[in-house]
Amino acid sequence: MHDSADEPRALLQAQSLCFARNDEAIFGPLDFSLHGGETVLIEGDNGSGKTTLLKVLSGLLEPTSGKVLLHGAPLTLAKLSHQVALLGHLPGLKLELSALENLRFATGLGGIRPGITPHLVLASVGLEGFEDTPLRTLSAGQRKRVALARLLLVPAALWLLDEPYANLDRGGIDLVNRLLDNHAHRGGAALITSHGAYAFTSGTPRRIALHVPPPAQRGEVPEERRGAEA
Amino acid sequence: MNSFVLFFHKLGSPPYFYRFAGKWLPWLYAIALVAAAIGFYGALFTAPADYQQGDSFRIMYVHVPCAWMGLFAYLFMAANGFIALVWRIKLSETLAMASAPIGAAFTFITLVTGSLWGKPTWGTWWTWDARLTSELVLLFLYFGVIGLYHAIEDRRQAARAAAFLALIGIVNLPIVHYSVIWWNTLHQGQTVNLIGPSKIAPSMLWPLLTLAFATHVYFFASVFARTRVALLELESGKDWVRALLPATQASHD
Amino acid sequence: MKPGTTSAACAAVLRRDLMLVWRRRGDALNPLLFAIIVVACFPFALGPEAAVLERIAAGTIFVAVLLAMLLTLDALFRSDLEDGSLEQLVVSPHPLALLLGCKIFIHWLTTALPLIIVAPLLAQLLQLPAPVLPVLIIALALATPLLSLIGAVCVALTVGMRRSGMLLTLLVLPLIVPALIFGAGACNAAQNGFAYAAPLLWLAAWLVLSIIIAPLAAAAALKISLS
Repeated sequence: MHDSADEPRALLQAQSLCFARNDEAIFGPLDFSLHGGETVLIEGDNGSGKTTLLKVLSGLLEPTSGKVLLHGAPLTLAKLSHQVALLGHLPGLKLELSALENLRFATGLGGIRPGITPHLVLASVGLEGFEDTPLRTLSAGQRKRVALARLLLVPAALWLLDEPYANLDRGGIDLVNRLLDNHAHRGGAALITSHGAYAFTSGTPRRIALHVPPPAQRGEVPEERRGAEA
Repeated sequence: MNSFVLFFHKLGSPPYFYRFAGKWLPWLYAIALVAAAIGFYGALFTAPADYQQGDSFRIMYVHVPCAWMGLFAYLFMAANGFIALVWRIKLSETLAMASAPIGAAFTFITLVTGSLWGKPTWGTWWTWDARLTSELVLLFLYFGVIGLYHAIEDRRQAARAAAFLALIGIVNLPIVHYSVIWWNTLHQGQTVNLIGPSKIAPSMLWPLLTLAFATHVYFFASVFARTRVALLELESGKDWVRALLPATQASHD
Repeated sequence: MKPGTTSAACAAVLRRDLMLVWRRRGDALNPLLFAIIVVACFPFALGPEAAVLERIAAGTIFVAVLLAMLLTLDALFRSDLEDGSLEQLVVSPHPLALLLGCKIFIHWLTTALPLIIVAPLLAQLLQLPAPVLPVLIIALALATPLLSLIGAVCVALTVGMRRSGMLLTLLVLPLIVPALIFGAGACNAAQNGFAYAAPLLWLAAWLVLSIIIAPLAAAAALKISLS
């Protein structure tokens, strides 16, 4: 782990970040920073706002208060400039298209890391020979691997991964850990959510714990009226 | 900040608006009722019958103020929608959505009275007159806004989406209006209008203006009442709503 | 084109959406069949006299084409929302309005253009006088992109809903009334020997305005729907 003192400018920084929906706090205030080479695990039960946090950090949602800084500059969608790759609950893949066609679309949208081709990344996630198979005929785990291949392809330094271990077998979990290690060695950073850190094996990652806010923080709404956020 | 700006700033806070509207509501209803009574007396008893249309023109005293209000309510809704989208003020969202059904009702009354007037005048319940057609499209726009607002689960997101639709409608409304006028002239529609360009006698005019005033005041009374209820629902978890509760509970016990 | 540039992103969206339509090209025929069947219903209802059909031909074709397009609008962003592609589009560093503009263009290209191509057939079914046909084609070419653009804004507002078909019709139709008036009006004017340029120019002006504003509005509406 890097000490935050020797790197003046964090890759990602959250400053008293809050998100509320209809005056009910979903999470926050949060303060943390993420430097190159770091992998941080966001832990929390269902309803603690992990997915919402990733959406705020990626710019999909605007924070209610507080700031997200990317390389010290405020995050706006226009300034993302290939810095961030998001892997959400939904893979963002088209089932009618082949793995290769899906990856080509991703490079068109997000650019491509120098010296890498779609064929290479598909091989490195164990999908050699499936390049031209429509995704519809692949299993859920294989589709997840295609989504992971997209992360390797685009030049984003910051990965935001929502439940990357879901739907994966033991080999797949090892693959995610290997990808995260490699990404950290290249100087990239990753923020991953999980409702149990059982799968995370390499070293001891830094953790950010999110809790389901007590009723008092949710605009004093009685327990039974609280909408649980999946 | 001068006191006027400060007043609006304070008005934007739901509890303040709730009390402010509550204070004004009885007065607004009273003023609207009195003005309507005076206006209707003038419209039905003192104004002379029209030399062409006879007594049937008197429906104009309902039709015209309602037509004005249908448009006014839309402008009010769109203006509040704009404020809600740009500055994310909760009160404006609520005001915009509260005025939609009222505006739709006024537009509906306009259409009904228009067709009631059309029967003795044109001999038919409905005619594709340019103004009536524009009113019909306006009613559809209202239905779209109301439908969208009720189709989305999250109340605030629903209000923002519906406000956005209202703004698109505002951009489109002039195009609709002029296209309908062009279409009407192309098809040689009826040329007799409910309020013609002809001069209107003062004894006929003052009841119209009084009734227009009454409908405006009623509109605000109605918007205030609806907004108060909507705010209570939106802010049901807040302290200021809680503070209101014991008093009402005590009176029920 | 360098990968990662905005033009590359637009090209990627265009290519992918075209490819998706091609993979499901059977579905792409549905609006065509729908429009033909609707138009074919009118002679059954009104009788086959050429004089009657001739009078309603242009208007009927216009309504049929608009309804056929309206049925396809619902799906414009739906699959992208359901599989998460929409999130990827929003998160991408390129202007969302531009990417949505590409999607809208493909929608027009794959639903409206085939309808315009079969318009002569529809016109023949309803005995539209031959000299009016070019006016009808031009009017459709101007009015259908308007429907794609204005429809896209409304779809963006309803995208999160499970069943939005009926509501979408309610939102789009009042906004599209002028397209119907000007488009069918131009045809009727041409048929009756009047000047027909003015309504077409109105349509063109409105189209230019919409091409600029609608993608921006769709992007803003989408942000509201995704929040």
